[in-house]
Amino acid sequence: MNAPALSTRGLDKSFGSLVVASGIEFALPQGARYALVGPNGAGKTTLINLMTGMLQPDAGRIFLGDEEITSLRPEERVKRGLVRTFQINSLFPRLSALESVTLAVCERQGHGGAIWRSLPAYREAVDEAYAILLSLRLGNDCYRPTRELAYGQQRLLEIALALATRPRVLLLDEPAAGVPIEGSAELFDAISGLAEHISVLFIEHDMDIVFRFASRIIVMVGGSVLVDGTPEEIAADPRVREVYLGKKRHG
Amino acid sequence: MTPAEPHLYLQAQIRWHRLEIAFWVATLLPFLLFKSYLVLASQIAITGLFALSLDLILGYAGIVSLGHAAFFGLGSYAAGIVSKHGWGEPLTGLVIAAAVAGLVGYAASFVIARFRHLALIMITLGMGLLLHEAANSASWLTGGADGLQGVRMWPLFGYFKFDLYGVTAYTYSLAVLFLIFLAARRLIHSPFGLSLRGIRENPVRMPAIGAPSRAHIRKVYTISAAIAGVAGALLAQTTQTVSLEVLSFQRSADVLVILILGGAGRLYGGILGAVIYMVARDQLSGFNPQYWYFWIGIMLIVVVMFLPNGILGGLARFGASSRAKAA
Ligand SMILES: Nc1ncnc2c1ncn2[C@@H]1O[C@H](COP(=O)(O)OP(=O)(O)OP(=O)(O)O)[C@@H](O)[C@H]1O
Ligand SMILES: [Mg+2]
Repeated sequence: MNAPALSTRGLDKSFGSLVVASGIEFALPQGARYALVGPNGAGKTTLINLMTGMLQPDAGRIFLGDEEITSLRPEERVKRGLVRTFQINSLFPRLSALESVTLAVCERQGHGGAIWRSLPAYREAVDEAYAILLSLRLGNDCYRPTRELAYGQQRLLEIALALATRPRVLLLDEPAAGVPIEGSAELFDAISGLAEHISVLFIEHDMDIVFRFASRIIVMVGGSVLVDGTPEEIAADPRVREVYLGKKRHG
Repeated sequence: MTPAEPHLYLQAQIRWHRLEIAFWVATLLPFLLFKSYLVLASQIAITGLFALSLDLILGYAGIVSLGHAAFFGLGSYAAGIVSKHGWGEPLTGLVIAAAVAGLVGYAASFVIARFRHLALIMITLGMGLLLHEAANSASWLTGGADGLQGVRMWPLFGYFKFDLYGVTAYTYSLAVLFLIFLAARRLIHSPFGLSLRGIRENPVRMPAIGAPSRAHIRKVYTISAAIAGVAGALLAQTTQTVSLEVLSFQRSADVLVILILGGAGRLYGGILGAVIYMVARDQLSGFNPQYWYFWIGIMLIVVVMFLPNGILGGLARFGASSRAKAA
């Protein structure tokens, strides 16, 4: 009944001799706001790739709620509500923001293969896409091609695309990467304002933001989970200070 | 300026443009002004239709093919062979050709949907060569290198004979081109059309928004193959012969050149490209056929260097900038 929204058991993955995930045991409860932190190259993005099916694990299992999804294709996982965003913008450069989000809505509604009616005839899909864009304050620029949008707007569009799929579990890979400080707080306000039934795991390097928005923090180093705990526990943990916070202070 | 309501904005985007209407009216000019060129005009319409079929996969979904003549040729042979064996009714011939090409396209699409880029070029190239060779050796069926003899078409609708001047041929080819164009225009403005552009723009992101890209690719590839088959059938029917050339690598390469010249991903690019390419060839190749490819080579290089979106893309940009200046 109270199965976590997303969980993994013993996930392993290596690239040749480089171990990027080893024995990852992870659980994201329903409605949680968790942060995943760790130094560059710790394997955070790889973990998201594994959970969303963009990479196949060498060993281990992945569950969405009660259902095992280890062997499902990425789009099948999305259909079940497991959705991610990308650390490096992965958008549709020559589609407008409105078209991009409408595309995602249509695919969710199962109209992606519909040939005979024109796109504007799917008015609810278009209106829903527009509403998402408005909620992220992209309404004014939604007719411009994506590649002409400001970088910060493109980061928001990353999230808009994910929201259009109506996720149950949302994995955000450094949503504020490259966004100036003020912008990133704003962006996280938008994220924390997401509906409560959406479980969120976000990767973020800025510890102020992490402490502010996460109810629990998972620290990864060298492909394994070093510790996980509440912000207070993490802040007080000497190992974390050493590998992560400490490193940041001196580096 | 407040943006229009989003669905109205999208509706405005797909409305018929004045230039489009002008273009289709202009396709009737050969009947009045260039009566001695109706045969050429019908070949242009057929090539334009073939280029349109390639545009759906290359221009919209971003799937490269260097062997699209495979489907053109299948359609040609299907229509020709049916007629040779006693059924010369043109329209059912087209349907049969579309079915044969579409069926083979559907089978091939399972392979196509798994690959991209260079691998795709090699696979489609290989398929084209393979079919060409198969038709060459199956001479009992295809007539081999001598071509398929004995294609006899019945009059269109039992009334319009295929005449030597190409009046029926051009009318027929143009009408088929226009009808299929209408269907293609509908397709690219549908949610499916948007999904295809999504695949072209970012195939990695598509699964991450839950889109079954491979199923989409299989579908558009099948449709494209069927349309190419119809184009091939039109050629067989209007010329009442089928030569091995319909399956040649040259034809695959030509249609790619035509589409790139005209402008891929714009629906009209292939048709415009066919007009320019075939009129130029008709005018220039009188001197020397080898010489002709010299000019095509130059044209291709210049267009790709200076007009990355083809001639139509260049015109659109010019139109936009002169409008901006006027404003
Ligand atoms: N496809 C791949 N092939 C080989 N090595 C890879 C591949 N993807 C990632 N790696 C390597 O795996 C390690 C973990 O990468 P990952 O992207 O998961 O790190 P990260 O924790 O997200 O780091 P960052 O904070 O810089 O984003 C890195 O050393 C990276 O170079
Ligand atoms: Mg990363």
